[in-house]
Amino acid sequence: MTSFLSVRDLVVHFPTIDGVVKATEGLSYDLERGKTLGIVGESGSGKSVSSAAILGLHRGTNAKVSGEILLEDVDLLTLSDEEMRLRRGRDVAMIFQDPLSAMHPYYTIGNQIAEAYRVHNDVSRKAAKARAVEMLDRVGIPQPDRRVNDYPHQFSGGMRQRAMIAMGLINDPGLLIADEPTTALDVTVQAQILDLLQDLQREFNSAIIIITHDLGVVAEMADDVLVMYAGRAVEFGPCKEILTHPEMPYTWGLLSSVPDVKGDTDARLIPIKGNPPSLLNLPPGCAFEPRCTHSDKVPGNLCRTEVPDLLPGNRGGVHTKRCHLANSDTIYQREILPEIAPELVEDPS
Amino acid sequence: MSISPSESHASEAPAEPKGGVVLGNPASKLDLSRPPILEVDNLQMYFPVRNSGLIRRTVGYVQAVDGVSFQVPAGGSLGLVGESGCGKSTTGRLITRLYKPTAGRIDFDGRNIANYSASQLMPLRREIQMIFQDPATSLNPRHTVGAIVGAPLLIHKVIPKKQVLNRVQELLEVVGLNPEHYNRYPHEFSGGQRQRIGIARALTLQPKLLVADEPVSALDVSIQAQVINLLQDLQREFDIAFLFIAHDLAIVRHFCPEIAVMYLGKIVEISDRETLYNRPNHPYTQALLSAVPDVKQAAIGGRRERIRLEGDVPSPVNPPSGCRFRTRCPIAKEICAKVEPPLLQIGKRHKVACHFAGELGNHPTAPITAGMLGVDDQGNHDPGASPSKDIGNSPGFSDFWFDLKTRTMAKS
Repeated sequence: MTSFLSVRDLVVHFPTIDGVVKATEGLSYDLERGKTLGIVGESGSGKSVSSAAILGLHRGTNAKVSGEILLEDVDLLTLSDEEMRLRRGRDVAMIFQDPLSAMHPYYTIGNQIAEAYRVHNDVSRKAAKARAVEMLDRVGIPQPDRRVNDYPHQFSGGMRQRAMIAMGLINDPGLLIADEPTTALDVTVQAQILDLLQDLQREFNSAIIIITHDLGVVAEMADDVLVMYAGRAVEFGPCKEILTHPEMPYTWGLLSSVPDVKGDTDARLIPIKGNPPSLLNLPPGCAFEPRCTHSDKVPGNLCRTEVPDLLPGNRGGVHTKRCHLANSDTIYQREILPEIAPELVEDPS
Repeated sequence: MSISPSESHASEAPAEPKGGVVLGNPASKLDLSRPPILEVDNLQMYFPVRNSGLIRRTVGYVQAVDGVSFQVPAGGSLGLVGESGCGKSTTGRLITRLYKPTAGRIDFDGRNIANYSASQLMPLRREIQMIFQDPATSLNPRHTVGAIVGAPLLIHKVIPKKQVLNRVQELLEVVGLNPEHYNRYPHEFSGGQRQRIGIARALTLQPKLLVADEPVSALDVSIQAQVINLLQDLQREFDIAFLFIAHDLAIVRHFCPEIAVMYLGKIVEISDRETLYNRPNHPYTQALLSAVPDVKQAAIGGRRERIRLEGDVPSPVNPPSGCRFRTRCPIAKEICAKVEPPLLQIGKRHKVACHFAGELGNHPTAPITAGMLGVDDQGNHDPGASPSKDIGNSPGFSDFWFDLKTRTMAKS
């Protein structure tokens, strides 16, 4: 028996006039029911594109998708469009970043939620609406029987995101993909939405993929973390492991470039130098090499000539990294951690 | 003061300080010896709400900013944080006089600019500039970078036309862009580089005060740090005062030694950063801080207890009576609905607007403000009391404050 969701060697390419945009290259991961996977990366790292592939959202575009996406042992990529349509929303649902543009301004909230239900269930309009009210109540919308007739613009940002979650969960999908679900929201509302997602996950035992650029959100939500850079997975492992023993210089950069609410304010932020590479024209070696400050520790020209494989790191287990550095955990504990969080340095003795 | 290139770099590599030395930023420390360059006193901005009929009668006001007072020291920074709709951006736009305030004073360098006319404002633009949130929409896509950065020089006729290009190239170099790229268009740059263009434009006239409205929130995390470091370097080099507006509490804390928290058009707490982040006294600040996900906390294990705030921010058209936060406040009592709490100074550099101000889990049971407001503990008028006047109206800090523990006036 394989995992609930198993992505194997997923490749998403977009042919354009200027060349092939390699949005996702050889991405593999597993996810069990009741667990949360956090995918972190900058814009253009392929985190949204690879997740949209699970929903089959690249069908009908000129994107070239290959590999395997096994959901309960069924390869979603081999399904016909009609079969995929039946699964979309029922088995896999998605919550988008900006609920205002993801909802139709012309239809009431209730209409849109009920439609998601009626597509997959042969019920009357009335029954579907009752179900919509029930879901709105479940996600914490006050007076759901009245608000169900409101239009999206009458909801606040946080309420719209709640309504999106209600719509996503109305068919009790096994897998929920949340693409930057709280980026457009204020911190207090973000905390409400994250709490809600965790409560609902416990209740429905669904698997969640949460896509974000905010390591803080990942730290609170995720069981496993996948760090993506330039279309590839560069580090994968259990959340706590990744946050305490990151082994890929890009992850170090992400951790050291954000200030935290307790840190030393005299310390300078340590940014990642330069900009992400163009996906049209990736460097021949490690995609992060041009921005990496540790490539001199790797013998020879390895970083510039060869793409490292995703291999188990220094600490073994399920923690994998795509980096040529041999003793990256030691480098992190000795050089990086004292800079960003001296209070967390473990005494070697 | 002249702007000179201070950094060598390649076109893609952003500026880092000379020799890669990691320096603390002196401007990120509170310097009490400097006089305030900006003093805002009881600033108000009401936007009229008109009905949609033929005669567009005013049916109400959006009270976007309602009685805000603060100071920004010369060469220093004040942070303004709050959720969307709290009026922080409106405050920034009032100070740059993109809006004309409904009431209140804006004293910039000793002049009240609140009611300046357009012609009076023209020379002022050289001294107050703004950096906008979204570099993609705040740069004209049909103008080259040279035209964008050079426009202020031409408009204000600062230097002869022939020298404009030289100056533009200097400025591009200062913000870490390749000076040869002056004839490119904004779309040819990445997000972080575009924000640098916006910063170069704001620096062109060597302003004394920069209003930075969410300068990094549209950028990727790895780029945010580059821009923050750049702003700190520029502040140190050119002695610019910043009003730094952002919703990201960690970034504001990193940049500003003093921070004001806004809620629904009012400042609810203002303090130096150590006090504000370690010992916040307002329940809203406490909730806001507890809601920030903390990477390091999660890394060492355990999730913190969040203070859950119910519901959303009420409408500023019809704000709640008394304390505006009371509808979501976990410790609100009867008095909160009746009387508005004054912004009371409770420490050397600490003011808070709450009847029950206190550290988390240590809020007093009786309102601390009842006596001075002339009301009883439930907020009803108390004929026997003698209310003190003018509590919390001044923009700066006084040498005397109300000590929460002893409930008497104290002095440092």
